[in-house]
Amino acid sequence: MDYELIVIGGGPAGMAAALEASKNGVKQILILERAETLGGILVQCIHTGFGLHYFGEELSGPEYAGRFVVQVEENPDITVKPDTMVLDIVPGEGSHTVIAVNKADGLLELSCKAVVLAMGCRERPRGALNIAGSRPSGILSAGTAQKYVNLDGYMPGKEVVILGSGDIGLIMARRMTLEGAKVKMCCELMPYSSGLTRNIVQCLDDFGIPLKLSCTVIGVHGRERLEGVTIANVDENRRPIPGTEEYVPCDLLLLSVGLIPENELSRAAGVSMDRVTNGPVVGQDRETDIPGIFACGNVLHVHDLVDFVTLESQQAGKGAAAYIQKGTPAERTFIPTKGVNGVRYVVPQKVDKSAVEPVKLYFRVGEVHKNAQVRVRCGETELVKKRRPRLAPGEMEDLIVKPEQLASLPPNAVLTVEIVK
Amino acid sequence: MPNTVREMICIACPLGCGLKAELSESGEILSVTGNSCKRGDSYARTEITNPTRSFTSTVKLTGGTRPVVSVKSKAPVPKGKMADIAEVLKSVTLPAPVQIGDIALPDAVGTGVDIVVTDRVSAA
Ligand code: SF4
Repeated sequence: MDYELIVIGGGPAGMAAALEASKNGVKQILILERAETLGGILVQCIHTGFGLHYFGEELSGPEYAGRFVVQVEENPDITVKPDTMVLDIVPGEGSHTVIAVNKADGLLELSCKAVVLAMGCRERPRGALNIAGSRPSGILSAGTAQKYVNLDGYMPGKEVVILGSGDIGLIMARRMTLEGAKVKMCCELMPYSSGLTRNIVQCLDDFGIPLKLSCTVIGVHGRERLEGVTIANVDENRRPIPGTEEYVPCDLLLLSVGLIPENELSRAAGVSMDRVTNGPVVGQDRETDIPGIFACGNVLHVHDLVDFVTLESQQAGKGAAAYIQKGTPAERTFIPTKGVNGVRYVVPQKVDKSAVEPVKLYFRVGEVHKNAQVRVRCGETELVKKRRPRLAPGEMEDLIVKPEQLASLPPNAVLTVEIVK
Repeated sequence: MPNTVREMICIACPLGCGLKAELSESGEILSVTGNSCKRGDSYARTEITNPTRSFTSTVKLTGGTRPVVSVKSKAPVPKGKMADIAEVLKSVTLPAPVQIGDIALPDAVGTGVDIVVTDRVSAA
């Protein structure tokens, strides 16, 4: 065996999983990272707002990542191979093989007892959007623009329209405004924003940038370089309303229309996937249905706060350590979880009945609700109920189920998470 | 003139509570409601008297593995000063290597707040 644990991805998820595995006694840990440095997407997220839950202070992305990078570098159990691309994961009985390539080692074929998938997510590309018109330059995903501005020190445009109100788009509206660009508007297809409220306040409202809800870009203009876009309001079926078209001159269109977990490797390895989250199906220790393969962070489901990525990844690291030391328990009963009545998904998708620690069920709602109650029930039995002043699709929620509650459930139980009307 | 109510959204944490501040005729803050924690109360009070924001940007680097490095204001700065600070930072260049916490600009535009480096960039 080359390593006890191989972690794929050295962003916040991968680093937290590796550190937690080490803390729980795993000695030979390898992190494979595609970029030249650890830290993942946090490195380009130079705004503050990270770490309020986990560290109790407000840090920038690089600072948040930096705290873990230092620990990883100082940890004798953890080896990092940067600039390394993982090509394949081949699951086996009791041992898995990871195939990767980098300049220094060439092709690597590494065996290990357990794997943690921590590849993160990527932005939904323009192709997925279907905007009519030419294909001029000046159309970028918000994250690509973020990289240009924050890491390469280069401004990709002067007059900007943002399509989609995802957090990265909102953050870039402020960033580019402060750098001297004119951000004309942010168009959101849905009647609500998918970004955090605080980002709308401090990134749009503060600078007088209008947020146009139920509005989309229906055409782009310009041959070589973007010259403008046509926007239109949409009806409740998200179809453009004739007569509402408006031409907006701009040289940059930023797309901030959602993130998708990056699961090519997981799929190829044969891990079962959840169709709503686009991530693997896992138990509370974040183990997939292939024993010894774990998943955490944005590869599992897209998080809005990195603090929760860290906490989740620590569970995966701890789970991987237990698997490496004890293997799979001989007897295990999983209770499936399910989101209904406005709850779009629940992670984990199944819970081990013999859990010894409280299980946090993370979930996301499909629409905005004010002053609602959320609950977990099993059949007619209510296990937890909490009032929430506000529920929004952009904000992940959680409810906690206690081990004694799980233990008392009938054999064919299902944990249902729902909004109570 | 009756008392006025100012509505705002607390941005002190991602919860984003809707706050209501009741102001007297003279502009005195009589009450703050809608907050889920103490920080919401103080947010509403500063937002009315002297709104502040944390400021982040980048400054140029020479001799580093990257051309720029990220910076932030060590404490929130008055909202109206953000554009001025951004302008001054355009003429700041730091020599690599830099560490988290290095001062990029002391006492930014007279706010008394330092602008500090938030990432580590080594020399090329
Ligand atoms: S009032 Fe407290 S809980 Fe609510 S948004 Fe402000 S800081 Fe967060």
